Amino acid sequence: MSVQQQNNGSSREMVRAEKIVKRFGNLTVLNGVDLSVKRGEVVVVIGPSGSGKTTLLRCINHLEKIDDGCIYIDGELMGYREKNGRLVEDSEANIARIRSQVGFVFQRFNLFPHLTALENVIEAPIHVLHEPRAEVTERALALLDKVGLADKANAYPHKLSGGQQQRVAIARALAMNPKIMLFDEATSALDPELVGEVLKVMKQLAEEGMTMVVVTHEMGFARDVCSHVIFMDKAVIVEEGTPEQIFEHAQNERTRNFLGMIS
Amino acid sequence: MFEWNTVWHFLFADPNHLFLIAAWRTLWISVVAQLCGVILGLFLALMRMSRFPYLNGPARGYIWFFRGSPLLVQVLLLWDGLPRIINNPNFLLPDWACILVAFSLNEGAYMAEIVRAGITSVDVGQMEAAKSLGMRYALAMRRIVLPQAARVIIPPLGNEFNNMLKTTSIASVIGLLELTGTAEVYGSQNFVIFELLIVATVFYLLLTTIWGYIQSWIENRLDPNRTIKTEIDQKSWAARMLGFGSPRPGGAGTLASGR
Repeated sequence: MSVQQQNNGSSREMVRAEKIVKRFGNLTVLNGVDLSVKRGEVVVVIGPSGSGKTTLLRCINHLEKIDDGCIYIDGELMGYREKNGRLVEDSEANIARIRSQVGFVFQRFNLFPHLTALENVIEAPIHVLHEPRAEVTERALALLDKVGLADKANAYPHKLSGGQQQRVAIARALAMNPKIMLFDEATSALDPELVGEVLKVMKQLAEEGMTMVVVTHEMGFARDVCSHVIFMDKAVIVEEGTPEQIFEHAQNERTRNFLGMIS
Repeated sequence: MFEWNTVWHFLFADPNHLFLIAAWRTLWISVVAQLCGVILGLFLALMRMSRFPYLNGPARGYIWFFRGSPLLVQVLLLWDGLPRIINNPNFLLPDWACILVAFSLNEGAYMAEIVRAGITSVDVGQMEAAKSLGMRYALAMRRIVLPQAARVIIPPLGNEFNNMLKTTSIASVIGLLELTGTAEVYGSQNFVIFELLIVATVFYLLLTTIWGYIQSWIENRLDPNRTIKTEIDQKSWAARMLGFGSPRPGGAGTLASGR
């Protein structure tokens, strides 16, 4: 069941990927993948290891270059620009500008270990968006409060549990006021008892109308929160639809096999 | 007959402060050459790690040359060789400039490898996280990667500076009167060369010992275990005696001390 309220602005496409091809050497990791994420939508990508889910997410904010196809973020071509009818690598400044509108949450958190939780959150708004420190600090403290870590603002990452670190990482991404949030197996590196606290934050974000693309193995989260499920296997999208269509009435045998194995 | 009196005189009772002045020369040459070497090394390391051949090629060549040939030869080439190479016998660098240039260029090559090792030691996820927040390469390097690389760079950097303090003795070859040069010149004039070499040694030991304390203080500051700033300061006895980094009362007070 989708929690999202469909409204007038929701037809705007925040992410559009057309026929993406990504190869690592001889290995094709994405083989003509299409994706469309509308404003306020929560799209969950599931699938076995090595199916290309994470690579798809990394391609969306150009952490990986793509070999073919195009990706648009809120209508802007990501990572490339047209020159004499061909696509060439975009300028670093332009890539950085578009990336600053896309929040990315990593499986391994990737907090900056030399900065406190608060410093992690205010770093990019101050140095990328050039916002005044006092203003950013206020917003950052509110965000840390939102993810339940108001009392850890001055703690360094390695003094925090995995779940706490991931929540700081989410706050850090949110501090940039992103248009979209990408979650790359955000709970996979966590001890089982810490998964819930991170999922709770993600669910709250979804309910507030954040546009999200979530790569996950948490089927419960997919079932309850998302509006659209994509099942990937062997570098292609095998099947997609509402959570009900995928979880209750999967058409494809590979989808049914995968869901059978994990539940 | 070895004259301990002379050693004593030049260590503690020299009205002209001959060796104090020489030690000062040794010190400032070392500091300036090391600073230039670090800055040069930083840029060389970044060039060396670039994927563009026109950046990493020259850096490789530079490092290959300066690490592969003796410093003494580089000094002599700059001092005696340069006027001939450019075919202008009047073009003579002052001895200090010659030493500073040669030492800085040489040190840059070594520092480049040290900085590169430091940068490589930082998890690639750090650069990715910085980029995902919209940082450009230079900003991410400066704000995120280099501060973390510093922990790995500082210990060998300390070693390099310790070496630098002693390597300045090469300057005596072209007549610059730093510690070793002073001992040689005044020693041979007055037939007390070994006495004065002992004096020079004492001064070298003094400089390197003081540097050792400074280095351990710096390493302490960069210690990853120095986390929440209220933690007990575990400074060495000597560091406390020299008065560095006394524990800050009040503790946790970086940003947002309102928390």
